[in-house]
Amino acid sequence: MKKVLSIFLAILMIAGMAAMAGCGEKKDDVLKVGVIYISPEDDGGYSQAHAEGIAAAVAKYGDKIEIKPVANIDDADVTATNNAIDNLVNEGCKLIFTTSYGYMDPTVAAAAKYPNVKFCHCSGYEMNDTNMDAYFGQIETARYLSGIVAGLMTKNNKLGYVAAFPIPEVIRGINAYTLGALSVNPDVTVQVVWTNTWFGPNEEKAAAEALLANDVDVMAQHQDSPNAIEAAEAAGKYAIGYDLTYAGAPNAYLTAPLWDWGVYYSYKIGQVLDGQWKVENYWGGMKEGVAKLDNLSSLVSDEAKAAVEAAKPSVTEQGNAFVFAGPIYDQAGDLRVSEGTSMTYEEQMSMDWFVKGVIGELPS
Amino acid sequence: MFRITKRDKSSISDSLIFRSFGFAVGIILSMLLILLLGYNPIASIAALFDGAFGSLGGLRNTIKFAIPLATTALGLSIAFRMKFWNIGGEGQLLMGGTAAMFVSLIAGPNIPGWILIPSMLIAGIIGGAFWALIPGIFRIQLRTNETLFTLMMNYVALYLVKYLYHDLWRDRDPAKFNFPGIKMIQQQAVLPNVFGISVGIIVPLILAFLVYILIKRTKPGYEIRVVGESEPTANYAGMNVKRIMLGGVLLSGGIIGLAGAVKLAGETMTLTDNLTGGAGFTAIVIAWLANLSAPFILVVSFLVAGLEQGAQTMQLRLGVPAAVADIVKGLILMSFLGSEFFLRYRLVMTSVIGKNKRLHSQMKNHCDDPNVSDVSATRSAESDLTDDCAVRDEKAEVR
Repeated sequence: MKKVLSIFLAILMIAGMAAMAGCGEKKDDVLKVGVIYISPEDDGGYSQAHAEGIAAAVAKYGDKIEIKPVANIDDADVTATNNAIDNLVNEGCKLIFTTSYGYMDPTVAAAAKYPNVKFCHCSGYEMNDTNMDAYFGQIETARYLSGIVAGLMTKNNKLGYVAAFPIPEVIRGINAYTLGALSVNPDVTVQVVWTNTWFGPNEEKAAAEALLANDVDVMAQHQDSPNAIEAAEAAGKYAIGYDLTYAGAPNAYLTAPLWDWGVYYSYKIGQVLDGQWKVENYWGGMKEGVAKLDNLSSLVSDEAKAAVEAAKPSVTEQGNAFVFAGPIYDQAGDLRVSEGTSMTYEEQMSMDWFVKGVIGELPS
Repeated sequence: MFRITKRDKSSISDSLIFRSFGFAVGIILSMLLILLLGYNPIASIAALFDGAFGSLGGLRNTIKFAIPLATTALGLSIAFRMKFWNIGGEGQLLMGGTAAMFVSLIAGPNIPGWILIPSMLIAGIIGGAFWALIPGIFRIQLRTNETLFTLMMNYVALYLVKYLYHDLWRDRDPAKFNFPGIKMIQQQAVLPNVFGISVGIIVPLILAFLVYILIKRTKPGYEIRVVGESEPTANYAGMNVKRIMLGGVLLSGGIIGLAGAVKLAGETMTLTDNLTGGAGFTAIVIAWLANLSAPFILVVSFLVAGLEQGAQTMQLRLGVPAAVADIVKGLILMSFLGSEFFLRYRLVMTSVIGKNKRLHSQMKNHCDDPNVSDVSATRSAESDLTDDCAVRDEKAEVR
């Protein structure tokens, strides 16, 4: 028995060494592009929206680029993030997209460590002067329009919102959605439940069910999975998605604010291919096409369709400046943005208060 | 066909061969899976090894993964020796990191590194030990189930850190635009790098030596082993079981807390709710694979870390999905662990037919004995035997 095992192992080792010798590096003229995702590339949400954007860039540039994706890297796991970036650089990537907020500090460190590699970090604020970009988009424009749909589709004026973390990005979305709904229906309220996770199918479902139990009849969400929509479908209520169109809930799905990351990825990869790289803080909106509202489903009433069409031109043209134009009151009823003005970029980036109409608490 | 019997004792060479065999089976199963999914299995496994051990960069990442794994497994091994099932490695790591973070937060930028770093490491030890102490006391005084208790303490630690991250310790610098997060540790508290690897590498190396000496060569180590073998025996021998167990639990938690502090100061530089990267759970497997032996824990940690690192290279080079890379990791670990069974037990092929024949002929001789069947006077006295024969006949029919 032992002898057989030893021989077997010896053969296996030789085979292994032969396999190692066989692999070599070739093809150095293509641009290798690394992408780090927080969830699977087919999560039906946030990461899939990015992956589809990358696929659009591949469709455009074909053989000139090679994509190296790493999925399922928790953005709170600094070691895993650092190592993923190291591995991408070791594999020859010259341009790396880190697609979740928590990758920011590791990306900053990596940009200093690898000056010959270009980094683009999504949804944060850090950048540098040479090789690190910040990018995100004015998704609030599409959120505002989806709020109009919700405001006109609700029967009892109770809207619900399953939200990931109480950070400015999410708060902006909730406020934009509420402002959109209030613009057509001054009686609506938006109840918020925090899940404290970006991708937590169970938490998302539980939060949605809590809202439904509270009589909410239109569900919206800022999460990476479509489970909140599923919960609304099961309860016979309406839902608004996020990131991607969702075909799995024909009796609930109204529309969704969508990302079209292909616009940005094609633009940025094109810069590097043409030797035109420039560091910037990219913040495109509906005008650029990065943010858009999904086609309204057949459930949406004609009244709501007309209201969305009416608001669309100004929202598209003016972007977030239209969405966050005064007068805006906070939950306590204090005037935060006076009439005739609009929130500045910095004010939007650091938003830490809810507009009037939102029911929910923010950590102080 | 087969019978399972216990092995007396297996030699080191046996153990090496069986473990390598288990490892090989894991690789072959993985290759089959990869082949079924339509990827090149040989290139995938080559990428796995090349990524983990084939380049300096890969090797560095492997070692980075191995440091907290080895340290945590060393800590766990002490508790496991006492049959104290410490499943709370995650929580103890987190609390070690939290305590170290706390020291860095209250220390000003003027405190020199040679004071700050040791203070943070000591705080880490205290944090981890404290988190193990709570279930430890309940186990020792009230005999609660420590497996569940330590497991649940992980979640308490996790949510505590989430609270600190999003609220209490949140860095409210306006330049951070209200994004959540805790400050980086003080600049001077960062563990220096040697050859691109944090000096934290010496921690598991030294600890492995110390734990080995403790368990094999000292009286407390002997007591820990005896308590693990049998508490009544330890009691009978006049040992203070409660005191020994308390010491072991504190040591276990302290070492794991130190691992958390070393990871914080050497790698992550700040505290997040995923400081551990799952090391607290993976280390349980490592401790068992290494048979709780300190030197082997170092070796196994290195291999498991290599698996972690290489799985990603496999993803990058061949486009194998992340989930498949995870399954491959699991298959290899499982087969490796499965080889343990063959080390403790052996399969013995039993010749079923030969054995039955022998029994059969014995009974036949006995029942055909003329003295038994012909003499009626003895019949009742021998009824037990004749019943046996009836049973035999029945069995024969069934067969």
